[in-house]
Amino acid sequence: MHEMGIAMQIVDIVRQAIPPQMKDVSVEAVNLKLGKLTAVVPESLRFCFTVVTKDTSLEGAKLHIEELPIVVQCRGCGFHSTIDTPEFKCAQCGGPDLDILSGRELTVSTIEMAEET
Amino acid sequence: MEIKVVRKVLDVNDTMAAENRRLFAEKNIFVFNLMSSPGSGKTALLEKVLARLMPETRCAVIVGDICTTCDADRLSTTGVPVVQVNTDEFGGDCHLAAHVIRRAANDLDLDAVDLLIVENVGNLVCPAEFDVGEDKRGVVLSVTEGEEKPLKYPLMFRVCDVAILNKIDLLPHLDYDVDLAEKNILSVHPQALVYRVSAKTSEGIEPFVEWLRARTAEKQRKI
Repeated sequence: MHEMGIAMQIVDIVRQAIPPQMKDVSVEAVNLKLGKLTAVVPESLRFCFTVVTKDTSLEGAKLHIEELPIVVQCRGCGFHSTIDTPEFKCAQCGGPDLDILSGRELTVSTIEMAEET
Repeated sequence: MEIKVVRKVLDVNDTMAAENRRLFAEKNIFVFNLMSSPGSGKTALLEKVLARLMPETRCAVIVGDICTTCDADRLSTTGVPVVQVNTDEFGGDCHLAAHVIRRAANDLDLDAVDLLIVENVGNLVCPAEFDVGEDKRGVVLSVTEGEEKPLKYPLMFRVCDVAILNKIDLLPHLDYDVDLAEKNILSVHPQALVYRVSAKTSEGIEPFVEWLRARTAEKQRKI
């Protein structure tokens, strides 16, 4: 529901990351890491990104979303498990005390710029 | 050519939330962010809870809605300072963000507050993603909503320390398996504290009120 706001934040981050001497180079793609344990729907985010970049210097840039699984580490036995169902327990010992190693990401990782001519 | 960025998209909110947390710590205020779907009974619960906490625990509430001041009007009758935030000013946002809480906190006399409750916008999705600088989070789930809600909205139930099953006075009239609802909450978040309450009859409210009292006292001892 708040994908529009998130798309606008992504655009801000991209603008701030581009060095001044490259301001006129077009952005081909923005690469985003998105954990599964976030309240963001990739399809909506792509749509909103297209909307907020229209008629701007970012128009036409692709938003590549790399979805990351929920990976946890058991505090009891140290085992790493991937959580695919809404049941948070260690796949090895069944323990409930877990540290979330990945799955909460919502991070702009890289920006791909067009080759300068 | 590739530019490396590695920046969290919610950086701006997280930074503001950290500032809020510092401010509230300075003032020895325990901050509780209360979330739920619309209509689960957050305001009714708070009316009962505040009446029990006041005046010994000095409370204040920041309440978020897209429109209207209905909730603030209801909560004001308890004598507690209430700040209503209408997110339509901010584009009809579906959640309260950290900068909004900061602005609302400026309208409160923070030196006269021990416990600040944030009644978030009714929504089981977005508020879970936005840190506002709280100490603990709670989610209200009413027994008219379906036992599987925690499984459908795992992020919300995972990030909340407390889950309050509300409207238990209706159980005799419903085919609702309250034990299954609790089991589903604990499946997503085994460490969650679960309280079964009726905001209407006050049944089961006291243990939750006691938890809030204890956390507030704990925060004040830390300083």
